[in-house]
Order: sequence, then C-alpha cells, then structure tokens
Amino acid sequence: MAIAAIPAAVSAEEMRTLGAARREYGERSQFERSARLFPPASSTPMTGASRSPLQDQFGIITPSALHFERHHSGVPTIDPATHELAIHGLVERPQRFTMSLLKRLPSVSRIHFIECGGNAGREHRGNSGATVQQSHGLVSCSEWTGVRLSTLLREVGLKPAARWVLAEGADASRHARSIPLAKALEDVLVAYGQNGEALRPEQGYPLRLLVPGWEGNVSVKWLHRLHVIDQPMMTRDEAASYTDLMPDGKARAFSFEMESNSVITSPSGGQQVEGRGWLEISGLAWSGRGRIEQVDVSTDGGRTWRQAELQAPVLSKAFTRFRLPWRWDGQEAVLVSRSRDETGYVQPTREAIVAARGMKEGPDGFNHYNGMKPWKITREGMVTHV
Amino acid sequence: MFRGRTFLLFLVATVAAADPAPQSSIDGAIRYGLGEPLTTDQIAALNISVLPNGEGLPEGKGSAREGATVYATHCAACHGDEGEGRGDFVALVGGQGTLSSTQPVLTVGSYWPTATTAFDYIRRAMPYTTPGVLTADEVYAVTAWILEKNQIIAPGTVLDRRTLPKVRMPNKDGFLPDPRPDVAR
Ligand code: HEC
Repeated sequence: MAIAAIPAAVSAEEMRTLGAARREYGERSQFERSARLFPPASSTPMTGASRSPLQDQFGIITPSALHFERHHSGVPTIDPATHELAIHGLVERPQRFTMSLLKRLPSVSRIHFIECGGNAGREHRGNSGATVQQSHGLVSCSEWTGVRLSTLLREVGLKPAARWVLAEGADASRHARSIPLAKALEDVLVAYGQNGEALRPEQGYPLRLLVPGWEGNVSVKWLHRLHVIDQPMMTRDEAASYTDLMPDGKARAFSFEMESNSVITSPSGGQQVEGRGWLEISGLAWSGRGRIEQVDVSTDGGRTWRQAELQAPVLSKAFTRFRLPWRWDGQEAVLVSRSRDETGYVQPTREAIVAARGMKEGPDGFNHYNGMKPWKITREGMVTHV
Repeated sequence: MFRGRTFLLFLVATVAAADPAPQSSIDGAIRYGLGEPLTTDQIAALNISVLPNGEGLPEGKGSAREGATVYATHCAACHGDEGEGRGDFVALVGGQGTLSSTQPVLTVGSYWPTATTAFDYIRRAMPYTTPGVLTADEVYAVTAWILEKNQIIAPGTVLDRRTLPKVRMPNKDGFLPDPRPDVAR
C-alpha cells in the first residue's frame, strides 16, 4: 500500500501546527458567516429591525447574537449598576428595585419565542419573501431567565381597581405598552437572562418584559417602569400602530396573541438542493396560544400531506422543530408546512387570511399574519419563493 | 426623638429587619419585602403616562398659534411644513374620510382614537432625535397645531389638562376588539 494513498485532509496543515490561544469570551469559527439582515439605511437614524437567519438555525434556540431586533430609537447603553425598576400606580406600596435586588427574588427560566407583530406581513401583501430570513426573520426563540411579574406585583400589593399594567422602556422612544392584568399575573417574566447569560443590548439589557406568545412589541425592552392602572393607556403602539385595518374601515385593536404558525427552513428560498435522493425537510412551528400539536408537510403544494416528526420536548409558546425525511425525484416540487396547536387551531393559507381580513394595510403594514409559506424546488434544485 | 407616625414606621421597619421569615400576603404566598420604597417625588419625576381620561397630564397650556412656532422649529424638517409628511417621515395631517376607501390615509387626524395619545407620544418620543426638549406648554401647543390642522379643534382652542381629554377624535369609534380566531380552514 503506497503512502501516496493517504487522503490530503489527513495530512492537513492544522494537525502539524499548534492551535490558537484560549479566549476569555468565545467567538464562532471564522468560517461561519450566518448574520442578521437589515435593509439599507433609511433617512431615519437608528430606527429599524434586523431579521434572524432562520435558515441557518439548528434546533429551537436562536443564538443570542442572531436574535432578531426591532427598536424605534436605537439601542440604549444602560449601566446595570444604576438601573432600577420602578413600580407604582394602583399599588399598596410603590417600590423600586435595583438589578441586584431583582436577582435576589425567586427566578425561573423559560423557553419562549418572541415574534414581531409585523412578521411576514409582506406575505399578506403578496410580496413573497425570497428567503425565509426575509419573509419570517422577525421571530426568534431563547431561554429567558428572570422574576415572574406576579411575584413583583405581590411585593407591591395590587389595589382592587388594578386592571392593566403599563410597561415602559428606558430607550429614547420611552416605548410603552399596556398589558391586561390577567396576562401579567399568568406567565409574564421580568427577564435579565437570555440563553444562559445577561440579555443582549438589542434584547433589552439589562432588563426586559417577556410576554409569552404575544406580539413582540409588548415585551418592552430596557424596562424601567411598571405603572398599574385601571384602563389601557392608549399609547401610540396600541391605539394606532399594531392595529389591523379591515375592509370596512374599522380596525381591530389589542390583537395580542400570535397565532399558530410554521415555516420550512430547509430547504428554503435561496438554497440549492444538490441532486436527487434523500434529504431532510426541516422547519420551525410556534403558537402564541400554547403547544404545537402537529405539523404536516406537503411536497405537492398542499394536495397531499404527511405528518412531520416533532422534536421533544414540545414547549408551550416556544419554537418547535419539525423534520420529515423526503426523497426528491428531481421533478419540480412545492414544499409547504402547516401547524396545529393545542387549541385545535390550524394554520391557514394566505388566501383564507386575505378572504377574512382583506388587503388594507394598517399604519405599519400588515400585522398578525400567519399564512402557510410554500417553497418551489425547480428541476435544477433551486429553491425559490412561490 | 421619634414622633408619632414616624416612630411607628421606624418600629415596623426594625421589626421587619429583625425578622428573618418573609411576610405572608393575603393569598398565603410569600412576600419578600426587598424593594425600596418609591417616594411621591420620585414617582412624579419618572411618570410620564397620560391616560385617555387625562390623568397624568401636566400643568400648562398651548394653542396652535404658539404651536406653529414649535412645529416650524422642531418638527417641520421631518414631517413637512404643513404636516404632510416627507420621504420616510409620516404625515401627521389629512386622510379623514379615507378609511373605508381603497386608499386609506392613516394619520393622527384620520386614525388615532384619543387625543391624549398624541400628547403622550410627542412628549415621550418627539422630536425624534432630541426627545424631551419640549416644555409642557410646547407639547400642548404643538398638539393643538396638529389637531387644528386636522380641523378637529376650532381655531384658537387652548389645550390644557382639562380641555385635551375632551377633544373628540373623528375615528374614536373606529376600533373593534380582537375577534380571532377569525380565519376559516
Ligand atoms: C428627525 C426627524 C423627526 C423630527 C424632527 C420629528 N419627528 Fe416625529 N417622527 C419621526 C419618525 C422617524 C417617526 C416614526 C417613529 C417610529 O415609528 O418609531 C415619527 C413619528 C411621529 C408621530 C407619530 C405618527 C404616527 O402616525 O405614528 C408623531 C405624532 C410625531 N412624530 C410628531 C412629531 C412632532 C410634534 C415633532 C416636533 C416636536 C416631531 N414629530 C419631530 C421623525 C421626526
């Protein structure tokens, strides 16, 4: 047997050279390129969003560095040593909590998605996103750690008239939203941790509200004030923005829950299937109303469906990874997924949503869209939007 | 040294500090008592919420006459000389009667249900790059300018904590509660 038969990779340079030094804070490999996507700068400084590269995500946790972001007046730099949370209004004992006091209270860690109310809104309009990052990148999922809002409200003591909690951020827009008390007491967190470390600045460092399953705008970041009130405050983002305009000119307000959704992330728009044969269809499903119960996948544009496997554990109001092995025969195919959540609700088609809600955009485009997203595979293996 | 109520508070604080067991609240769950008291002055300094009934509105007043100056100085560069919008910056004026048409124009004037929302939003977030520079009088005045341009208030109307909550917005009854799930399979 000749020495020359040893494959090139085995004699590679790195095996004969000392590796790199240690690093105090790890970074991904220099070969990894996955990145958030944002549109070219507009004339508005600092406002905007960046979309998460869902096509690159494995499993259900979005890396903190790739979590989507949305803010109205930039990302503030807040020193946790001086940051405080004030709670006042219809409470017995108005109080303020430093970060270190908050961390002494009983904590919980929970895995939840956050989805912008406007995620995939352009799909409603008919501008079908070419990649899943473009179409659905305003949703991400993390493990969040913090104090239950109910714990804090018990500390301050609610007065009988209390019905809503206004949450306000310490950013330049003083972003503010009102949350009904029932939800505040049910499962809302005041979070300081994200995926095992402190929140990222884009995600609200050092403190944010985490309102599971509801449009992302209510999960107020850079949280510094909670005001207990007897009615919603009618901030801009609840009185006008995030409302859904109907064909008759009336608009729906306070549409909080993000309904059952799913999208195939692989293969997805912009990718190339390298040759016929077996491949894994994989994607993400989520519902603001609870657990995902079933995901079906079609490879013929919705004529026939097969049930995908759900990765355990399936968590409430969290990303659920689904997978289905599939043999591509080299013919044109249209891949699409549909989810059903524990309430029995089934993700609709775009046509059904348009039939029910029409085509009128609200002040910030279409919100609360959860239509099925088909991807076409051409004979050449190119994956495109439909 | 301690008089009446102050002493009582001192006593309660001392007893609480000496007691290692957390207090129980009415529902039997533990209260930890870790928060620092928030004083009325501290609340006043932090609280910028304005409710639809006017609660939270500050002292002060203004009309569109002073508002025109505030608007020209602090707002027109982005939102246009007449509030018509400019490039990426939204219009603040116009659109009434268009909501049920095929080309709805959504502005403070045509769409927003409550006038307090305009005051609240301008005070918290505008001017976009320098929020917080306006005095209460200036916020009342520029709010009056926007509402007068939209022909929602009569010329010369002075807005203050009493009159602003009474302004009737044209689209006040234009909103419905969330009816979802609404999409048939
Ligand atoms: C530097 C540009 C700029 C200036 C100056 C400015 N704005 Fe704005 N304004 C914006 C932007 C950008 C938004 C949208 C912000 C967002 O959605 O996060 C906005 C939004 C608004 C809105 C909400 C409109 C809607 O329909 O949602 C109002 C009301 C408003 N501005 C009033 C004012 C007033 C009054 C002033 C002057 C005191 C002012 N603005 C100065 C850029 C500006």
